[in-house]
Amino acid sequence: MATPENKLAFDDGWQYSPAPESTDHIKIKKKYDLFIGGEFIAPEKGKYFDTVNPATEETLSRVAMASDVDVDKAVKAARKAFPAWSRMKASERGKYIYRIARILQERSREFAAIETLDGGKPIRESRDVDIPLAAAHFFYYAGWADKLEYAFPGRKVKPIGVAGQIIPWNFPLLMASWKIAPALACGNTVVIKPAETTPLTAMKLAEVIADAGLPPGVVNIITGAGATGAAIVNHPGVDKIAFTGSTGVGRIIQKALAGTNKKYTLELGGKAANIIFADAAIDEAVEGIVNGIFFNQGHVCCAGSRLLVQESVAATVIQKLKDRMETLIIGDPMDKNTDIGAINSKEQLNTIKSYLKIGQEEGGEMFQTSCRVPKQGYWCRPTIFTGVAQSNRVVQEEIFGPVLAIQTFRTFDEAIAKANNTPYGLSGGIWTDKGSKIFKMTQSIRAGVVWANTFNKFDPTSPFGGYKESGVGREGGLHGLDAYLKLENP
Amino acid sequence: MRWKPRLLEMELLSSKLPDLSKVPAVDEVGVNERVARFQTRSIKTASKIEALKLILSMIDLTTLEGQDTPGKVRQLCQKAIHLHDAMPGLPHVAAVCVYPTMVAVAKRALGDLDINVAAVATAFPSGQAPLSVKLDDTRMAVADGADEIDMVISRGEFLSGNYSMVFDEILAVKEACGDAHLKVILETGELGTLDRVRKASELAMHAGADFIKTSTGKIQPAATMQVTLVMLQAIRDYYYETGRMVGMKPAGGISTAKLAVHYLVMLRETLGSAWMTPEWFRFGASSLANDVLMQLQKQATGVYQSADYFSKD
Repeated sequence: MATPENKLAFDDGWQYSPAPESTDHIKIKKKYDLFIGGEFIAPEKGKYFDTVNPATEETLSRVAMASDVDVDKAVKAARKAFPAWSRMKASERGKYIYRIARILQERSREFAAIETLDGGKPIRESRDVDIPLAAAHFFYYAGWADKLEYAFPGRKVKPIGVAGQIIPWNFPLLMASWKIAPALACGNTVVIKPAETTPLTAMKLAEVIADAGLPPGVVNIITGAGATGAAIVNHPGVDKIAFTGSTGVGRIIQKALAGTNKKYTLELGGKAANIIFADAAIDEAVEGIVNGIFFNQGHVCCAGSRLLVQESVAATVIQKLKDRMETLIIGDPMDKNTDIGAINSKEQLNTIKSYLKIGQEEGGEMFQTSCRVPKQGYWCRPTIFTGVAQSNRVVQEEIFGPVLAIQTFRTFDEAIAKANNTPYGLSGGIWTDKGSKIFKMTQSIRAGVVWANTFNKFDPTSPFGGYKESGVGREGGLHGLDAYLKLENP
Repeated sequence: MRWKPRLLEMELLSSKLPDLSKVPAVDEVGVNERVARFQTRSIKTASKIEALKLILSMIDLTTLEGQDTPGKVRQLCQKAIHLHDAMPGLPHVAAVCVYPTMVAVAKRALGDLDINVAAVATAFPSGQAPLSVKLDDTRMAVADGADEIDMVISRGEFLSGNYSMVFDEILAVKEACGDAHLKVILETGELGTLDRVRKASELAMHAGADFIKTSTGKIQPAATMQVTLVMLQAIRDYYYETGRMVGMKPAGGISTAKLAVHYLVMLRETLGSAWMTPEWFRFGASSLANDVLMQLQKQATGVYQSADYFSKD
């Protein structure tokens, strides 16, 4: 065990020089209008809002604030485009989606840089995860466009109509692709609204969609805050709502949709347990904990924000975790060596800070790494709480930041009981060297996704979604098509 | 090179075979991912120059051929001293690594300089000889002046589960080394799994290894970042358990500066700054030095020079 005398030192000696990604190759306009009916048009009321780089607090651009009138325009444009788009030969429809995927790949460097500037996530993640996965979703669903009959044997498939889609700020482009790609493949048209803190890659995607030559109105991208989202949800011309975001807003949407004929999928919050057994490959498990909670500053709905570790290895795991945390580099998100970027917004930083206070007041022992943090911008050091109980708020509530609550367990049953004792059920993780234990655990954990000996792995072919307060419906894979089709008997 | 006094020598001689059933599992998929992550580190400008110089100082410049001659070894020693005199301010390598018969030659060629002579002993590379032969091999190299002994473990015995025999053999060689430092070569390319690499590392350290080393260079695959990571993790856990630092030497297959820099990143993020010296980390390599020199030249002048401007050995 580590003592003050034999502690490993990670903060002195050879350091990495700054390695910033260049911004010469990216173009951000001073102002972005709404993308409706294949054109960029100014908002009816002429209002714009700033979008800020959370790492520097500098304004990157101004973006249109869509009002009810603008939403109505967008929905009408989508309605108008629907008949031709839905009746188009499916293989032709597929070609358009392939084209979007290819252009995204070609412009991936630019998209990665803008995603990082606008959202604060490290360039390593936007470059290696967000943008490649976004392109992969378009590629995957493009392939389904002319094979829908085979996805649901014996059923006749029909598009739903106009899909209203509202996406969050944690994976802006990736969430847009999760929503748009299956909707288009199934023959629907789209009105989509990115989050107000991260609208830029969606507006760049509008440029890509225009470049790809999609018929006007098939995809409409409008920007705004909560009121704009509400206008989409409540618009009678929308046939389906797809929402990813907080459980609180999910509830409001579900209430608004009650009694209407609109279909919906909701992908909401989570408080996933990462469960480590004594027989696990400990070093790899520690890596999994780090990827589970510190990936994207913990702004991940399926983050492994609770750690359940078997008593006999708890001290070792926590020791190794602390060592590993000391090697995490926090700072300029555009630096290729940065592991932890900026918190997405001031508002979110305040939320996280309030939980740090709550956790300490509840009696938890807080550990934060000693890394230096820039003066300007919104930052939170990687944090763990030990000595916390199931009844503590930092164990129960979604913090959506780089904050991990650690508890121990003795028996298999205790681990399951603790893991499932949450209103959420989005994801979970199991770490053991024993195959049979993996199967037993995955059957006992009530969560939509359970990872074994890994965490936060995504693939377009794999469905994603939650139980209980984590949401309704599945996105991704064959299951993701279901949400955008009417299935009828022939 | 000066070594710190070995505080635990007495303790080591009375050491026992560790309970290898308690050695933690290793997950190969996870190891591959961690290694890939090290390779995404972008090492530029000042940190690159610092790393390249550090790499040079950590090299065990090696020649281990049947056709080696005293002349060849003397030439290698000259290279060890004069890496590239056209470029001022370069460090010299850590050691020269040769067969036992060449130790005396190397020792004479290096004179009083602070460059160690390492000898591969114990019936290198296969280790297929009786213990008495291995011990004679070791004693002869030490008597001729070797500062470091690179021994091979009996892989056949290890794979058959005869751990105590392998353990006792390392103990005996360690004793035969006297003051010379012992590097224990696991020959990971013959061990087959990372779990076995981890087990062999623990066994070697508990038997008194001053360094653990991946490979002889005669078997493929030689050093990989994956096996090196597992060995570094074993060193870290052993350090936490006993307080004793053990050195690491990946050998064979590291021939480019870029790959060597990735190894340094891995070392830094696994064991921290205390191990970032030639005292605790070595590269066993024959062609790495010139690639590092070419990179340093590129950093200084902005252009690559032809290989012809650097002495081969």
